[in-house]
Amino acid sequence: MIATLTTPRSIGLDSVLPLWARTFPIVSDASAPTADVQERERAAWMAAAQGGDRRAYERVLAASVPLIRMAARRQGVHIDQLDDVVQETLLTVHRVRHTYDPSRSYDAWLSALATRRAIDALRSHGRRSHREVHDEQAYDMHPDIDDATAATEREQEARRLRDAIASLPPGQREAVEQLGLKERSLAEASVQTGRQAGALKVNLHRAMKSLRNRFHGEP
Amino acid sequence: MTDVRLPDSLIQSLGDQLTPVRRLPPPWLRTLGWLSVVAAIAVLLMMHYGIGHMLHRWAAEPDIAIAGTGAVITAVCAAWAAFALGVPGRSWRWIGLPLPGLLLWVGASGLGCMNDWLGPTAHIAKFNEASDCLIFIVSLSVPLSALMIWLLRRACPLRPALAAMMVGLASAAASAALLEICHAFAVAATDLLTHALAVAIVVLVNAAMGGRLLQPALK
Repeated sequence: MIATLTTPRSIGLDSVLPLWARTFPIVSDASAPTADVQERERAAWMAAAQGGDRRAYERVLAASVPLIRMAARRQGVHIDQLDDVVQETLLTVHRVRHTYDPSRSYDAWLSALATRRAIDALRSHGRRSHREVHDEQAYDMHPDIDDATAATEREQEARRLRDAIASLPPGQREAVEQLGLKERSLAEASVQTGRQAGALKVNLHRAMKSLRNRFHGEP
Repeated sequence: MTDVRLPDSLIQSLGDQLTPVRRLPPPWLRTLGWLSVVAAIAVLLMMHYGIGHMLHRWAAEPDIAIAGTGAVITAVCAAWAAFALGVPGRSWRWIGLPLPGLLLWVGASGLGCMNDWLGPTAHIAKFNEASDCLIFIVSLSVPLSALMIWLLRRACPLRPALAAMMVGLASAAASAALLEICHAFAVAATDLLTHALAVAIVVLVNAAMGGRLLQPALK
């Protein structure tokens, strides 16, 4: 699917002049009718999703992925971090889907959320890099005595992992414990925790992302 | 393949959790809702103090009426701007909407102040009277700000500090306009400074605290 982020229909106080705004199409680039149709399609899918249409929702989310990646790239997000921004933006879209107004541009709405999440990712990455430079230096400088053995290294890694899991928010920790450590099925974990299977899966996604970020920031 | 698999799995999870949502009403409608509370307070104050005194003051000093009108316009426009900033994809330029009203309010108040200097026959505010204004504006701004922040928390302000600033300006302007109903003296330098101080306090406190309060959807 070819999808492009188009110029938002409104750049100013267009709600003040709704009649004026309706005179203009959602996409200002008249040379891209296909993009116009695609954006209208995405807007219609999101409107249907607000009413509970799951198929339309999955379609609009799938169609949003390239747009989110594009918005993130525009903000200067490294290619390794793009998946994180995509995930965070999709989760945000899910939480704030009621704020979308179907009479307005879906792409402008999505782009604003993706840009915000991209900036969050850049800030978070900046802070982490700053900390990890010092950690790596300390690791390199540390005298190689006891922890040179593979067993000790494994023990340290296991401890780091345990600490990282313990520091997760309760919902995410619960998902990792149930689905990852205890290897329960979604149905079993759902019964055990009283949470919906979907909520457990989302929590697991978020937990895995946090853990990946914590361990070297790898996607 | 990872690029495709991760979002697909997440999209499926989000689809599992999809429920119909109630769309956020447009910013102008939400503004009307907030203004109806301000109007209800105005009616209560008028019932208590009567409107004869206010009309008499306006006839004697038209600049007070103009300043009051400026405060009302500022409150309406700042509230509209705050609710518009709560919708992703809306331009940050909405913050310019209250400026004309603000200029009218400040300009007319300053003019009234100069008139009192040139012909100080009216009863002008003493320090303790002016401090009553401060207490009135700040204490009435607190519930008005709280109400608007509560309403905005259902939205998703991507620029929370700007939105909070608009909340503060709307609340302070509405409080200052309501004060006109029971204001017992002419606008003089002490009173004008007190009003400005009260507005500044409300706007700054909102900008400092409101930003954090306005982002439940982005945590």
